[in-house]
Amino acid sequence: MPEPSQNFSLTLHVNGTEHRVAVDARTTLLDALRDRLHLTGTKKGCALGQCGACTVLLDGRRVVSCLMLAVMAEGRQVTTIEGLAQGDDLHPVQAAFVEHDAFQCGYCTPGQIMSAVGAIREGRAGSDDEIREQMSGNLCRCGAYTNIVAAVRDAASREG
Amino acid sequence: MHPFTYAPVADAAGAAARALAGAQFIAGGTDMLQLLQENLVQPQELADLNGLGLAGITEEQDGALRLGALTRLQKAADDPLLRERCAVAAEALAASASPMVRHMATLGGNLLQRTRCLYFRDVSTPCNKRQPGSGCSALEGENRHNAILGGSEHCIAVQPSDLPVALVALDAEVLIQGAGGAERWVPVEGFHRLPGDTPEIETVMQPGDIILAIRIPAHATRWRSHYVKARDRASFAWALCSAAVALRLDEEGRVAELRVAAGGVATKPWRLMRVEQELLGHRLDRDRVRLAAVWASEGAVTRPGNAYKAPLLQHTVERAILELGGLA
Amino acid sequence: MNAIIGQPVSRVDGPAKVTGHATYAAEFSLPDLAYAAMVLATIPRGHVRSIDRAAAEAAPGVLAVMTHEDAPRLPYKQIAQRPQVDAQSGEQLHVLQDDQVRFNGEPVAVVVAETLEQAVHAAELVRVEYARSPAVTIFDAKQGRPPGEGNAKAGRVPELGRGDVEGAMAEAPVRVEARYVHPREHHNAIEPHVTIAHWEGESLTLYDKTQWVDNDRKEIAHVFGMEEERIRVVSPFVGGAFGSALRTWPHVTLAVMAAKRVGRPVRLELTRRQLYMAVGFRPHSEQHLRLGADKDGRLVALEHDVVQQVGRYEEYAETALSPTSHLYQCDNLRARYRLVEMDTNSPCPMRAPGVVTGVLGLEMAMDELAVDLGMDPLELRLRNYAEQDQQKGLPWSSKELRACYETAAERFGWARRKPEPRSMREGGTLIGYGMATAIYHSDRSGGSASVALTGNGMAVVRSASSDMGPGTYTSMTQVAAETLGLPVDHVRFELGDTNLPYAPVHGGSITMASLGNAVVAACQAVQTKLAGLAQAAQQGPFAGLAENAVVARDGGLGRADGSGPVVPYAELLRQHNLGWVEAEGSAQPGEETKKYSSAAFGAIFVEVRVDEALGTVRVPRMVGAYDVGRVINPKTARSQCIGGMVGGLGMALEERAEWDARFGKVMNANLAEYLVPVNADVAELEAIFVPNDDRNFNPLGVKGLAEVAICGVAPAIANAVWHATGRRIRELPITPERLLG
Repeated sequence: MPEPSQNFSLTLHVNGTEHRVAVDARTTLLDALRDRLHLTGTKKGCALGQCGACTVLLDGRRVVSCLMLAVMAEGRQVTTIEGLAQGDDLHPVQAAFVEHDAFQCGYCTPGQIMSAVGAIREGRAGSDDEIREQMSGNLCRCGAYTNIVAAVRDAASREG
Repeated sequence: MHPFTYAPVADAAGAAARALAGAQFIAGGTDMLQLLQENLVQPQELADLNGLGLAGITEEQDGALRLGALTRLQKAADDPLLRERCAVAAEALAASASPMVRHMATLGGNLLQRTRCLYFRDVSTPCNKRQPGSGCSALEGENRHNAILGGSEHCIAVQPSDLPVALVALDAEVLIQGAGGAERWVPVEGFHRLPGDTPEIETVMQPGDIILAIRIPAHATRWRSHYVKARDRASFAWALCSAAVALRLDEEGRVAELRVAAGGVATKPWRLMRVEQELLGHRLDRDRVRLAAVWASEGAVTRPGNAYKAPLLQHTVERAILELGGLA
Repeated sequence: MNAIIGQPVSRVDGPAKVTGHATYAAEFSLPDLAYAAMVLATIPRGHVRSIDRAAAEAAPGVLAVMTHEDAPRLPYKQIAQRPQVDAQSGEQLHVLQDDQVRFNGEPVAVVVAETLEQAVHAAELVRVEYARSPAVTIFDAKQGRPPGEGNAKAGRVPELGRGDVEGAMAEAPVRVEARYVHPREHHNAIEPHVTIAHWEGESLTLYDKTQWVDNDRKEIAHVFGMEEERIRVVSPFVGGAFGSALRTWPHVTLAVMAAKRVGRPVRLELTRRQLYMAVGFRPHSEQHLRLGADKDGRLVALEHDVVQQVGRYEEYAETALSPTSHLYQCDNLRARYRLVEMDTNSPCPMRAPGVVTGVLGLEMAMDELAVDLGMDPLELRLRNYAEQDQQKGLPWSSKELRACYETAAERFGWARRKPEPRSMREGGTLIGYGMATAIYHSDRSGGSASVALTGNGMAVVRSASSDMGPGTYTSMTQVAAETLGLPVDHVRFELGDTNLPYAPVHGGSITMASLGNAVVAACQAVQTKLAGLAQAAQQGPFAGLAENAVVARDGGLGRADGSGPVVPYAELLRQHNLGWVEAEGSAQPGEETKKYSSAAFGAIFVEVRVDEALGTVRVPRMVGAYDVGRVINPKTARSQCIGGMVGGLGMALEERAEWDARFGKVMNANLAEYLVPVNADVAELEAIFVPNDDRNFNPLGVKGLAEVAICGVAPAIANAVWHATGRRIRELPITPERLLG
């Protein structure tokens, strides 16, 4: 086992690419993504796990990247909003968000989309009520919730 | 955030050694990162327990369920065995936090989650739990979130987790490995301590102790059970009050076994034995349940901000029993 | 060419936002960026006795620690005419300029370090000793005083009215009197406030979260005594603001000072907890209403007193009396507005500032009056319908409120409402129907835009506006596309940069009514310019034609008599060997305010489900019908309306700062204890736009939308809770302790 250390040089697997990054033990995965790797699609809203703006997939599951130390993400597969689209082709959830106007300011949107992708993969987007509950970890202060539900429902039916 | 060193640990013995050398543990990290971000704790070292392989839910030979301490909340909430045999626990887990947090947080960590008392979480205000002897700001402050049961003149902070409330109703125990390697079982009901005059000591955990598992005994897996959570918004909110109920009826439909526990209203998961006694041996009917539930707030000490919790507790307990009994 | 205005065009910036490529203020990548963290005072009033900065300065990675002891003294020049978004008297917070502490949370130091983690930690190491002075931290409505002259001049008047209130009230056969309390609320946009300050020599670039780049520049120029020309503010995307980014807050000044000190670009991002202290909030308010009516429900007397909190170092005030002054016909009216000084950070506009507060009291009181009269609440509103703005003595530029009532009531099924409280239920759940009126005065301001037509067939339209979410990028693109006769995807709208033509504040629902007309003017100007070039040319299809013989249509120029082909702009540019042609246009308010009173209107109907045992209220559906004038984009407009409904739901049922008077501090300063609505709180929301086109107000015919969408929602919910339960909860939010208490 390695000795306890305060500074780390990590390999993070993000969107299928390996990134070498130097971090402090204190650095969260969120701050590593935004400030070290300049993958700023993942948003910081509260840094306390209370808003969901920083949602990413970790080994395919939804997590809030603000509540994870970057050093603890080493060796795991991280998927961020930048990793969804194939070139100019939007992921079905992204396309549905645009189509249904499921956002206004757009700041919570990457987190909403990652959460929706996770929920659909988990098979938890079967009804409007289920979508509402499953999307409740992602605050949208602009209040686009009904459009978010429509977008997730639409994307889930297309993917399903 | 205070600087700290970090290292994963390979086994429980190694973890204990690190803890005795001053390390604090991290696993899911969902509470620890909040504590760090708000400068509420200043560990010198974080020892990462995730390599200990304590995840998973298994059935023991006698029918008891063993829940590994590192099982994630969502994994447990989805577990078919738990959902079928211990509905109250699965429901409590599903009502906890958000999907993202549930994917990260561990069962062991959930037992150890620190209070949400506004004053504990704000480093600039006095708090006996955070800084012993500094005073309790909640007693005369903004205390709508605080406890009406189990408090002391030093602390009225609520233990905020949902799961332990359900576990109390299921007679569950916690398996703890001590620093010397010895294992011991502690009932969940006795796991958290009353604040008394040492609110900074929250559980029976000793330095170097590690939670290995939670065990729900076989008899409780045969009970029917249910969790009701009252909160300010429809999802992703702490319990203002919650009630966990587990029940076995005899052949004549009389209450043979009953456990009732409450969350959100007390300094620790709160067993409501008087409510249980009122119903034991009786058939459940609406009037009897309502009258029994009135005992839920027995001994409550309320303040202007949290006085509402006394009726809310009665109503939540009544609701949980009625729904479980098919009388709602 | 089909109409583009009025079409539900998907957001043109949508792909950027859903892929994570939209760049918000914190996300500009600058070489050598350093990170700042603030130290905030922990007492409500007093002064700093001493600061021990040694540990912070010795901490790894620390580049600078700055306190009042060593911060540069800044000129803080007065702006000759204060912008409406600023406090109108007193002194804005002069940050790190002296040892005084004016409120809990005032910055007392800033730390800059190589990394965010190092900066935050070093800030925690700064030890500050304070001497505490007596502080005013309890809101006492009796201490209210009139707003000062500055605010009165800016329209936040201490008193207004007409007729003989006392006499009419005394004779009124039906009277209602009530007091309503609305707590301090916080914007809580998901994007925190953040500034990157970057000095290059004597030039400064700010990447800032702001709703008004031009004013941000002006403020910083005045604070630092700089020429505006040396400052550029960049803000292409704003992650929600709701008013909190209208004015320029002290942390922007801190970032600028810190960047100067360390000689590197510096980012200063507020933590969620700091957002409750370092920027503004909707002030706590208490209001008292007396309504007198005749037996037929006609208002004969109306008295409305509103008291709000204000900070002590500067005076921010709101137009809380505006709705009462003109929403209903009433000959005898008196409204008073008072401020209670407290030791707190300064409040600021939050979506529909003042108006949402005034509407709340008035619409709850109207519901109480309806009950006393035994009259349907909707009928009561119709009987008091204001055919003109009685206070101003002017006709409305347009008003389709009656159509709003009818449309929304029909759609909602208001006729199914049983008048008695507690008369509708499903199982153990009580059902309540409630309604309220919404109003927000329509304003416009001056602004300008430029349009460049390019040889590749594109039009690039520019203005220093903002898009905090309503869809400025999209709706302005539509306005330009329609005016130019180009498809939407041939038009690009750029905003959020002081290098662009001046734009007014992006707030108060004025953006389209103000800037939309400037975009039209700029489009017309560039068409005229191109036509002039074509006419003046030696050759080409329009060479030598008279000035008015060439007109723009269908994406190009053609002869006014209709003969000959339309030549596309790009084709003309090629013919004349031009890469592009550009022109500016502007629009100013006209004489309309002398002839008309203008406002947007709405009618909100809600259903609530109340679980009396657990004290919880859920809202399964809301229907709103709105008269907002012409609707440029029904898709994004609908999003604003449902967003207003969700905001109103939060106001009614969840939002409140838990203020501890001992510390003068908001204790629930995070998103786990200061609750805003989540997805599961919201079910069916329907927004309907009644047809209107208000050319009396401005040429585009729009009235403004964002603010009216939140007005009326909270009182409709509170009224529905009364209908469900028979309980009149007069203090928001309606949380379990109030329903159980």
